[in-house]
Amino acid sequence: MTAHPTELATQQAPGAAPETLVLAVDEMHCGACLRSVERAALRVPGVESARASLAAKRLSVTFDPKQAGEVDVIAALDRIGFTAAPIEAVQQDRGDARQKYLLRRVAVAGFAAMNIMLLSISVWSGEGGSMDPAVAALFRWLSALIALPTVVYAGQPFFASGFAALKGGRLNMDVPISLAIILATGMSLYQTMLNHQHVYFDAAVTLLFFLLVGRYLDEALRVRARGEAQNLLSLQGGIATVLGADGVQRKVAAHALHPGDRLLVATGERVAADGAVREGRGQIDQSLITGETLPVGVKPGDQVYAGTLNLTQSLKIEVTAADSATLLAEISRLMLAAEQGKAHYRRLADRAAQIYAPAVHGLGLATFLGWLAFGAPWQTALTYAISVLIITCPCALALAVPAVQIAAASRLFKRGVMVKAPDGLERIAEIDMVVFDKTGTLTLGKPQLIDETDISDADLAPAAALAAASHHPYAKALVVAAQARLGAVQPASGIEETPGEGLVCREGKSEERLGSAAWCGAEAENSEGAEVWYRRGQERPVRFRFADAMRPDAAETVAALRRQGYAIALLSGDRAGIVEETAQATGIDNWHAGLKPAGKIAWLEARAKEGRKVLMAGDGLNDAPALAAAHASISPATAADISQRAADFVFQGAKLSPVIEAIKTGRRARSMAFQNFGVAAVYNAICVPLAMLGFVTPLIAAIVMSTSSILVTLNASRLAGGGRS
Amino acid sequence: MTSLAWLIPAALALAGAGLVAFLWALRSGQFEDLEGAAYRALEDEPPDDEIT
Repeated sequence: MTAHPTELATQQAPGAAPETLVLAVDEMHCGACLRSVERAALRVPGVESARASLAAKRLSVTFDPKQAGEVDVIAALDRIGFTAAPIEAVQQDRGDARQKYLLRRVAVAGFAAMNIMLLSISVWSGEGGSMDPAVAALFRWLSALIALPTVVYAGQPFFASGFAALKGGRLNMDVPISLAIILATGMSLYQTMLNHQHVYFDAAVTLLFFLLVGRYLDEALRVRARGEAQNLLSLQGGIATVLGADGVQRKVAAHALHPGDRLLVATGERVAADGAVREGRGQIDQSLITGETLPVGVKPGDQVYAGTLNLTQSLKIEVTAADSATLLAEISRLMLAAEQGKAHYRRLADRAAQIYAPAVHGLGLATFLGWLAFGAPWQTALTYAISVLIITCPCALALAVPAVQIAAASRLFKRGVMVKAPDGLERIAEIDMVVFDKTGTLTLGKPQLIDETDISDADLAPAAALAAASHHPYAKALVVAAQARLGAVQPASGIEETPGEGLVCREGKSEERLGSAAWCGAEAENSEGAEVWYRRGQERPVRFRFADAMRPDAAETVAALRRQGYAIALLSGDRAGIVEETAQATGIDNWHAGLKPAGKIAWLEARAKEGRKVLMAGDGLNDAPALAAAHASISPATAADISQRAADFVFQGAKLSPVIEAIKTGRRARSMAFQNFGVAAVYNAICVPLAMLGFVTPLIAAIVMSTSSILVTLNASRLAGGGRS
Repeated sequence: MTSLAWLIPAALALAGAGLVAFLWALRSGQFEDLEGAAYRALEDEPPDDEIT
């Protein structure tokens, strides 16, 4: 991903060993962003080179470790409005090496195919007419000279994979491919030596070229998916504030934290690592971990988890090792077990190969025996048998799935859905049930003012004016509600904030207070915690209640899925009352509350036993094992990183409709893959009898093979259409 | 027929030059960032590694 690190590194002073840093940069979309990111990084003293990549959304920086550190670069980018996070060294390889390995072979095969075709066309059009037989022989030898090294070099990926499959006692698509290419080349060489006309060098090399293109597309999809996933995970880890022994605060990337580090978590920040509270009391939003919407109180000694949101007061926490966290350890154990179950899934192309390879080899053998039985000499019988193998070589079949999947992935990418596992597209097409998590999936995981009609404008306006001064999530929600109802909110002046308690303004005629029930002197009856009180002077305090906001199209999406015939269920770790409310609001009657991660898995396993194929949509840490266990899975981009790792798809934005889009695209991709298999089948139905009867000439082989490959690719590209939405 | 003696080598050499050029471009990182390169072409200022 770095373009010229070696060239640029020569500029540094001798002696200092420069370090290379790769950062994932969010929101880098245009040429101007690219330049400002590079310039900002270069202005950091000690940075020697900076090269950004728009395609990878990454910045590669070399710097002198004595003068600069990764934190300086991140801070410089932060000042110009870009969020950046370092990518761990083990994750930097996006599989580029393999992609280049294939691209080199595509180029060589393309070169060879072009030139051999040039020579072949001359022979086809001239031989038997005006062409000197000696020239035809010369052209065939030239073709052999180009084809042999090409097949040896460019055929490697297929030979290696086919051989590995045979060694393991399996059959995959690469076995018939390798066999056809080797036999075609070998027989053509033999025919060339005898100066006969059954020479298939052009077909063999063109075939290789198309197959390599398919393989390259497949790999490119994988590389892009992997890179995107790594960027997301790195960015989510984020930056933590570490308190040094001397009391100095430093910003450190979350992945560089060690057990024993002391962190300062400000109000409204996410906890960057698992740890124990050392100082401060407050409330923590654990919805990402447990699915519960109501804040949980913490005091010194309590355990807090990475990804939870600090709501009220800044806390000092001490980082503990991740493996000591019992919850995480259990989640990991459940996930491992769940993933093993999914490993049995066999990809469509492999399943096709399982039927295809024996059929093709059987036909080849039948041709050989048949011609022998009719008294043909064994050389003729073998020639025809080999031409059957060549003509049936699954070129279109091998392109059918990757061409469709890359088109489907780029269609989804334009609509904000990232395909993390290419075979996820196949699995999502098979589902018949969609299971949602509540918090963060059906809802946004953000508080929203409820019971708005009970609150008068006269109360809302001044309360929002006070709230505008605070970063507390409830205060922000209050401001949003006021803006929606009253337009702009004028922030009040002279406000004092007492963390964990509330805000006070003493400048007006009478004192105004906004905060907890105790802060406003209110009688907290049936208090649920998710509330803020407002009091002006000695008037009666007003209560503002908050609940988790639904995704704007949650009910629509659920209804649309139901219309399409999917069974819908809601599984949540939250308490029954709240889950029921959400279920009613979205029109889901099959809901289950208070489920632990193991409970969700057990529920999914029971459905799997009934023969259901479930798409799990979830975001929390508590959903991760269920995501891994379900037939297919999707997560919002705000999900816990372990969940994004487990999910097949990740979608962005506040809307839930990408779930429908992912299912729809998966189904269309599958039907298109079957159409492509159909094209391949029709082609075989026409050509195989001809080949078995010995009518196939090298010219026919070359034409039909290319046409079927191009047809399949064009068909797949229909799926990629459509703009961004 | 003697024309073949130079036409064929010429055809192979031309195509070979194309192949070599592509492999060079691949190796030297021309395909690393296809989107960014489109914008870099419009940049008036020289690249940073030529300023220093």
